[in-house]
Amino acid sequence: MEEPLNLVLFSGTDDKLNAAAVLTAGAAALGRPVNVFLQYWALEAFRSDRIAADHGLAPEAGVAGREAVDALRAAGQASWAETLRQAKELGGVDIEACSLSMDLLQLEPGDLDPLVDGVEGVTAFYLAAGGGPVVFI
Amino acid sequence: MVETSATTASPAITRTIDARGSFCPGPLMELIRAIRESQVGDVIAVWSSDRGSKVDIPKWVEKAGHRLVSLENRDGYDEIVVEKLR
Repeated sequence: MEEPLNLVLFSGTDDKLNAAAVLTAGAAALGRPVNVFLQYWALEAFRSDRIAADHGLAPEAGVAGREAVDALRAAGQASWAETLRQAKELGGVDIEACSLSMDLLQLEPGDLDPLVDGVEGVTAFYLAAGGGPVVFI
Repeated sequence: MVETSATTASPAITRTIDARGSFCPGPLMELIRAIRESQVGDVIAVWSSDRGSKVDIPKWVEKAGHRLVSLENRDGYDEIVVEKLR
């Protein structure tokens, strides 16, 4: 069994979430398990009432970056949420909310999009991660 | 074995997926879905206009144990033909 890819998502901007979604889909396409752990502003972006909203871009995007991202979206690029849905269809992708961030943001499991499989603590995340790399985005 | 095609090198295409306009990794995602829905021996063509797919899809095909039948540049897009082997 191949070691899983483990993504810790902290940032809640659309560009970083899209990068994470593409990394997840690529690993899933190769049959590699992926564990995604949602913290802070990334977790907030998975709220069912906000997942489809505009989450902005990282500061380094600037005005030109904003225009480039908008142009790709207008040309039909899938949203990060849609890419994650496709990745989950392939199987082997588990998305968990960090319990501390749930408390911080005062969220209940029912507040989250169905993409999120559950809520767990950091120990459970590391146990699932095994010896695979942990990537912080 | 199906005996309808003249050569094993260019079997008849069972299904064509038009993924033009979809960005990486969309065409690969659509191909994988199609392969899962297909029978062994089916031949699937993917049309893609993104720059990553002509590199990535053949590598995925090899890793996944299928056969790359052909990869051709058409008018503004690539046609990648894959035979499901397992």
